[in-house]
Amino acid sequence: MGVVFSFLVVMALVLVVYLGVGVAGLRGLFGVVIPYAAFLTFLVGMVYRLIGWAKVPVPFRIVTTCGQQKSLRWVKRSRLESPYTNFEVVLRMLLEVFAFRSLFRNLKAELKGPNLIYGSYKWLWLGAIAFHYCFLTILIRHFRFFSYPVPKVIQLIDQIDSFFHIGLPHLYMTDAVILAALTFLFVRRLADPRLRYISLASDYLPLFFIYGLVISGILMRHFFKVDVVQVKQFTMGLVHFHPVPPKVGVIFYIHIGFLSALMAYFPFSKLVHMLGVFLSPTRNLANNSRAVRHKPAPWWKKPKFKTYCEWQEMFKEALEQAGLPLDEDCYKDKGKKQ
Amino acid sequence: MHDAGKIIPGMIAFVLFVTIPFWANFGKAAPEPKPELPKEYKKCVESKDFMRREHMKLLRKWRFDVVRNNMRVYINSEGQTFDMSLQNECMRCHTQKKKFCDVCHDYVAAHPYCWNCHIPPEEKKGWATKETENLTEEVSSKQPASHH
Repeated sequence: MGVVFSFLVVMALVLVVYLGVGVAGLRGLFGVVIPYAAFLTFLVGMVYRLIGWAKVPVPFRIVTTCGQQKSLRWVKRSRLESPYTNFEVVLRMLLEVFAFRSLFRNLKAELKGPNLIYGSYKWLWLGAIAFHYCFLTILIRHFRFFSYPVPKVIQLIDQIDSFFHIGLPHLYMTDAVILAALTFLFVRRLADPRLRYISLASDYLPLFFIYGLVISGILMRHFFKVDVVQVKQFTMGLVHFHPVPPKVGVIFYIHIGFLSALMAYFPFSKLVHMLGVFLSPTRNLANNSRAVRHKPAPWWKKPKFKTYCEWQEMFKEALEQAGLPLDEDCYKDKGKKQ
Repeated sequence: MHDAGKIIPGMIAFVLFVTIPFWANFGKAAPEPKPELPKEYKKCVESKDFMRREHMKLLRKWRFDVVRNNMRVYINSEGQTFDMSLQNECMRCHTQKKKFCDVCHDYVAAHPYCWNCHIPPEEKKGWATKETENLTEEVSSKQPASHH
């Protein structure tokens, strides 16, 4: 169901942009108003989410560890799997963010006859890392539309990416790889019945938005050509706050439409893992609960205790009537104090 | 907010990162590329819009037709015929590479490899002319890469 719903949403988006720009000619709305609104939603939404997370207290160190923690001197410990110092946490986070280390540990469970067997399954890691690095490279590459003169580094990345000189304009390696990676990530959800069962529309929708973004970009570069000079004049106008929507093919507006949808959807979706990964208490804390006494939760108050004397005072009459002895020491102390 | 000392710098870094296009261009003028069009000719082989969009695909087709198929005549949408040649046909009107091709290519940071093999008109003194005596080693070393 989720996959059908997401597909319909994406198709509706294409249709709306097609009707809006191709038929009604609302270039200003789809080229300027919606992209600005989407970017603002992205920026404000992400900051809002970040503040929301930061307000949540983490009273316990709930580090997910998978190695020997720091113990006696002769016990060999695992610095990355169970970090003890902040430096080790930083290393662990760097590997998590740049190398997706926890995905590398991904396993696949399979029933082989009566036995449940866990096997290493690196494909998810490979698909994820290929996708993310391609997406990053494509994002950086697009800076050529937002700068003049274009920095040498950006031009270098562009030339390396089109190194194979396939076609004209050259085919980018990252375009091909990101399509393959996205296809894998999509097919993975459909192929496994268990994974399909737990996949929701919110899993497919970001995938489809990015699919649409990539496919419309590739179509624009290689098939339905647009005048790239006009496009750059428009994007430069966007960053200078006086954009003039270009009179180019609808495919450009579909590309922008997908980008706007993705940006606006970002803070409300699972895509917030972009910032959330840094705020995961299971990863960004040192596992030193046994050595350091951490501050208790902010709402923690010293509980109000009732001493035996206070209790006796409360039930004094009842105690006397029942003939139970009273603790004389309570009165002695009082006497001393007075 | 907890851990404000870490959250706030992180937040600032994030906001700065996603707004790079805005502040990196702040106060910088965005020039308009104005390629110099030939004065004596009014029409290119196809319409202006088509050329602006698809000249690279057209040139690629020309190259393929000439190099692979030995076809040297292009018939445009109006039935006129043209010699399929970058140096002899395109550059006949667009005589100045620096004032025509390079203007837009620099603007959008495109790196066409036409000039790995072809010689733009005003640089004819290079290695491919008959004046080989004047050739410096530097010019000869700029020999083209592949042609694909």
